[in-house]
Amino acid sequence: MADDKDVLRDVWFGRIPTCFTLNQDEVTEREAEPYYLLLPRVSYLTLVTDKVKKHFLKVMRAEDVEEMWFEYEGTPLKWHYPIGVLFDLHASNNVLPWSITVHFKNFPDHDLLHCPSNSVIEAHFMSSIKEADALKHKSQVVNDMQKKDHKQLWMGLQNGETHTPPILKRRPQTTMSDRPFIQKLFRPVSPEGSAHSLGDLLKEMYPDAITNDGEQKRYQVVIHGIEPLLETPLQWLSEHLSHPDNFLHICVIPVPTD
Amino acid sequence: MPVSLLWAVDVYGRVYSLSTAGQQWEQCRDAQMEFKRVTAAQQCCWGIACDNNIYLNVHASDLPVRYQEETYENQRWNPVDGFSERLLPSDRWQWSDVTGLQHQPLDSFQLPSSSWEWEGDWYVDENFEGEPTEKGGWSYAIDFPATYTKDKKWNSCVRRRRWLRYRRYKAMDTWAKIPSQQTTLPDPFSDISCGGWEISEEPRGRLSLWAVSLQGKVWFRDGIYHHNPEGSLWEEVFLPGEVIQISCGPGDLVWAVLWEGQLIVREGISRDCPKGSSWAVVESPSPDVGAIHVAVGINVVWAVTKDNKVWFRRGVNSHNPCGSGWIGMVGEMITINVGLNDQVWAINCEDRAVYFRQGVTSSELSGKTWKAITVPRDGDRSHSSASANSLQSAGCYFCGEVRAQSVVSDAESDTEKGSADGANSSNPPTDPPKPRIPKVTSDSFISELVSDREPGKSSRDTGSAPPSGGPLDPQWSNVDLEEAQQAQTVAVQDTADTCSLSSVATYTLAMEDPYGADEHPLWAWVSGGGCSVDSHSQLNWFNFSMNTLVSSVQSMSLSVSPAQTAAWRRQIFEQLSERTKREMDNFRHYEQAVEQSVWVKKGTMQWWRDWKPHKWIDVHFALEQFSGPDGNKDGILFIYYNYYEEKKYLHAFINEVTILVPVLNDSKHTFAIYTPERTKQRWPIRLAAATELEMHDWLALLSVSCCDSRGIHGPPSKQAIWSITCKGDIFISEPSPGLEAMPYPTPCDQMFWRQVGGHLRVVECNSVGIVWGIGYDHTAWVHTGGYGGGFFQGLASSTDNIYTQTDVKSVYIYENQRWNPVTGYTNSYKYCSPELSQTKRVSDWAIDYSVSGGTDREGWQFAADFPASYHGYKTMKDFVRRRRWARKCKLTTTGPWQEIPPIPLSDVTILPCTAQSSVDVIPVWAISNKGDVLCRLGVTALTPAGSSWLHVGTDQPFKSISIGAASQVWAIARDGSAFYRGSVSARSPAGDCWYHIPSPAKQKLKQVSVGRTSVYTVDENGNLWYRQGVTPSYPQGSSWEHISNNVRKVSVGPLDQVWIIADKVQGSHSLSCGTVCHRLGVQPVEPKGQSWDYGIGGGWDHITVRGNSVEPPRLRLPSLTDPSSRSPVPVRNTEVNGVGN
Repeated sequence: MADDKDVLRDVWFGRIPTCFTLNQDEVTEREAEPYYLLLPRVSYLTLVTDKVKKHFLKVMRAEDVEEMWFEYEGTPLKWHYPIGVLFDLHASNNVLPWSITVHFKNFPDHDLLHCPSNSVIEAHFMSSIKEADALKHKSQVVNDMQKKDHKQLWMGLQNGETHTPPILKRRPQTTMSDRPFIQKLFRPVSPEGSAHSLGDLLKEMYPDAITNDGEQKRYQVVIHGIEPLLETPLQWLSEHLSHPDNFLHICVIPVPTD
Repeated sequence: MPVSLLWAVDVYGRVYSLSTAGQQWEQCRDAQMEFKRVTAAQQCCWGIACDNNIYLNVHASDLPVRYQEETYENQRWNPVDGFSERLLPSDRWQWSDVTGLQHQPLDSFQLPSSSWEWEGDWYVDENFEGEPTEKGGWSYAIDFPATYTKDKKWNSCVRRRRWLRYRRYKAMDTWAKIPSQQTTLPDPFSDISCGGWEISEEPRGRLSLWAVSLQGKVWFRDGIYHHNPEGSLWEEVFLPGEVIQISCGPGDLVWAVLWEGQLIVREGISRDCPKGSSWAVVESPSPDVGAIHVAVGINVVWAVTKDNKVWFRRGVNSHNPCGSGWIGMVGEMITINVGLNDQVWAINCEDRAVYFRQGVTSSELSGKTWKAITVPRDGDRSHSSASANSLQSAGCYFCGEVRAQSVVSDAESDTEKGSADGANSSNPPTDPPKPRIPKVTSDSFISELVSDREPGKSSRDTGSAPPSGGPLDPQWSNVDLEEAQQAQTVAVQDTADTCSLSSVATYTLAMEDPYGADEHPLWAWVSGGGCSVDSHSQLNWFNFSMNTLVSSVQSMSLSVSPAQTAAWRRQIFEQLSERTKREMDNFRHYEQAVEQSVWVKKGTMQWWRDWKPHKWIDVHFALEQFSGPDGNKDGILFIYYNYYEEKKYLHAFINEVTILVPVLNDSKHTFAIYTPERTKQRWPIRLAAATELEMHDWLALLSVSCCDSRGIHGPPSKQAIWSITCKGDIFISEPSPGLEAMPYPTPCDQMFWRQVGGHLRVVECNSVGIVWGIGYDHTAWVHTGGYGGGFFQGLASSTDNIYTQTDVKSVYIYENQRWNPVTGYTNSYKYCSPELSQTKRVSDWAIDYSVSGGTDREGWQFAADFPASYHGYKTMKDFVRRRRWARKCKLTTTGPWQEIPPIPLSDVTILPCTAQSSVDVIPVWAISNKGDVLCRLGVTALTPAGSSWLHVGTDQPFKSISIGAASQVWAIARDGSAFYRGSVSARSPAGDCWYHIPSPAKQKLKQVSVGRTSVYTVDENGNLWYRQGVTPSYPQGSSWEHISNNVRKVSVGPLDQVWIIADKVQGSHSLSCGTVCHRLGVQPVEPKGQSWDYGIGGGWDHITVRGNSVEPPRLRLPSLTDPSSRSPVPVRNTEVNGVGN
């Protein structure tokens, strides 16, 4: 019998094979080779792409380089979402590796936040944790966590370290689905005391996502690259499939029409 | 924590008990009469009934209460008849006791009361001082009284033999009258109190029972112990006045209340004198108002005065039983009772409810607040059973959600209940609603009343079907018949008449019902002496309302195992593994986005330096971790130290570390790090952290690193080797396939050990994955299949399967004194060890009398000088004496262990299965801490804890037991002799009889282990013996062959592999005691092996290899030609580091 712990391991060790190619329009001194990497699903793009930057900088003139950003099939990728969420949202039904285009110019200010340094990501990450915590526990936990624990969580993430993860206890939880982006606290147990399921949540938040009898399935509900059954208890999902930022990210994406 | 009971008597004299796991008072149905008072211990409950007799209710146990009667048959030789019963006039009786002074013919033995029955007839004991005798069991001597030998000599003129017969206490779980054997008992009893079980060693199960008669006299019941639960006689205790009530604590406190309102305290109670010697008087708490009631625990005294005020006595302990002063407490009570762990119950004088004192801890004995126990009784309406489901439905009725009072809606709710129960799925939903008794309407109480009875029974007895026609609900409990018939007739009328009455009517009707007469039970007496709770216990006795019920039902349904197998869960697991295949498996060659940069954790510690003089020096400690090219993590440990002003460092590769062991140290938090090299040296890296927390942080981090570097994750395998250190820490090692290989096995100093949470003294396992443990306090535990616990966190510990574990360990110190001619013995010098954070002192220092060598009455042992061998009596040549003090420490930790109550064990053994065997029910044998042999029933791979014990009779207490792969059971008795159990098989799991096997000459055996065919024993002098001549047709074997000395324990596995814990193993740097060793060269033709291979140690206490049934790879012998094959040295890097790759 598999232990629930194994799920945590899968969640924290998840990797997405990615191929980075430089945007055609960038001026290069010589041709840029694509760059292949395994990206940790639970990390953030700008946190794990130092190598990509280094790789492409080799073929570029220093004066042509501005802030690096990423794009997939025309959509700028928001670095402040976990990589796995971005992948599930935009590319989950396409061929692997995930092909990301790298830009060094024309930063889309209206779409993306600037990310001058890792400390910005850290700040964002910590604020996510606190936000999740505030929603979940009235910020009891994070405030009780010592500075060193925050750091540990963060350091772990940065290093792809996974054996010191969830210090935070996960209880009633928030969910964040996307397109349009919804972020809301949802109790895993109904006032009558029965456990809410994933289906209950969708019924309330995004009824379209539920396929009614006889209907063609229009939406996929994806968490960490998998589609859990709608009867899965939210409590369990929250405990086992939350991201390090303590949110359970649920992606609702249209079923590909082809 | 095992389930235990709180007892109470209501104002009508009905006796109820409340389980610590329960949510309702259960009436004690077999009490044929009303009771005035009860007093409980964990194993029994005493009560005074309305007929003024004292009754005893011994709780049923898998372990019977047996008493061995013995008598001796004596004979003298004469030239005419040979040995005959014709004795000389100066001789003893033909039938006598062991001393010969008491005449004891067989027919003089009578059952002491009707609660006993004979187990069988008299038979001759053929065991003489641990050795089997000639047929007939005779032992011979020159004359009476003299030294007897088992062999007849030329000058043997007399002989004798011992006859045995067992009687068994049969009145279990029922109230049995204590025979009043004397005519001297003048007047009826008015109060009783039992306690005192902690003043002597537990296994005898001694109890003190104090009783007060109506005339104010106090009586002490003598001779109550496990084998004689009723006690033997009443002794009057002389008094300074007339007593009205008495209370006896678990320890040596006994207080009583005098008629005039003062209190008296019994002094001089000790192990040798449980009755005490004198009384001291303590004034009533309040000068004007006398005391009326007193209750004592181990270190507390509570009293109630005539104005119902509650008082707490300060400063009470066993040295000062009178205490120092009274403190007035909040609350007005009529009676008060102190139970185990000094927990307090009381009955309020206003609402007559039972209150529990919350927050009583050893540091705050007076507790914080009173909290009412609000659970209903089993006779109360709407609570026809204890099942959560019916409670849930009951909750619905209580919450006022009474639905429309139409028959249809009633039926609806009824089916709802049925479906919720799931128990009566036989009840078809298409039942016509009409004949049902409505459950929610006004007459709901009646239907509940009816449902309280067993319809099947009543219908059979009355010869008519119950008018209700309700389904046979298995959860209905049975009440006596007469009431049932009445209720049914009422029910018939009421279904007809009152269907449309409102819920108000329900209430009035309920009031008329004899069972629902008092909405709130009115209690008269409570006794918590058998109720094992403390301030941390989770009790469901309070806040008994709808919400908590629902949520508790909810949480139950969330945690039950069906969730484990639910479709959604399977789907997630399947999809995750698909995801891994899709996204990762084909892309392993991709570079990782984040290379593991070196990850360093630093700290300061102390290190036991390698050079002389050895001492602790401050060092900097660093763990550098990095991931290897294949993604495996690895690391190096650095210890930076100064050597004569020069900076130096010591390092160890994480992948070479074989174990991290917490080490017992009096003043520091220390652990040791071993590598194969260090194991050979017997000189680990010893480190001390500043705080215990820091040490646990480091241990957790380091052990995760070690496991990572070896790719070891998750729960232990079924083949795992388990061992325990003298500190009680549990370690497991995954055996490499080559561990039992011939001729070049994996050296056992290369075995990697990892810790799992918990604290045990003994652990046993087999290859099906059944693992049992026994704590220092003899509690039995079963492994849940999890890993981690203790100080492990995060991924190093499983989330399910980890539970709280407690153990009680004795800590000893010696008090040493030297005698000098002028002053006699000098003052003592003792030393004290610090307490660990996990442990909590639970008792005061007390003299320990159970030291080997014996003690005098004050616990002293004598010797000519320190250090020497001690004896328990003083001679002319003895100038020093010592005595041992023991203190119990309770340790609370977590681990993958679940308790198997209630019988405490001292040894356990599980059938070792071969890899391919397909045994369903696995034989498990055990020895209780009293020495009874037990056989566990119902143990399977899915239910490793089994279901119940089967008691196997023996003539004497046993201490060690082992079962072999072919169900051959061997055991060692306390007298050091061995026994073989005949005819044990799947069909007869307990076998038929014991065969006495003589021990090796002049040796007392202490432990046995049986493998596939091999039988090994260890004696008290540390010799290891192999049983020669064991064959399938003659499983007892023929003789013992000496194998080795300095052996402490042996474990023989299913491959007949032999592992021991050895003493005095010499390493290159140091000597170690308690070392794991592996017998080399064991093979079918050579089961005794050739030599020892030395593994981890010292400080090891226990090992079991009985899970490892992996046949080693068949040996090919290319070793001379192929240099890379198994030779001892290269194996080290290929085999061990390769585990899990």
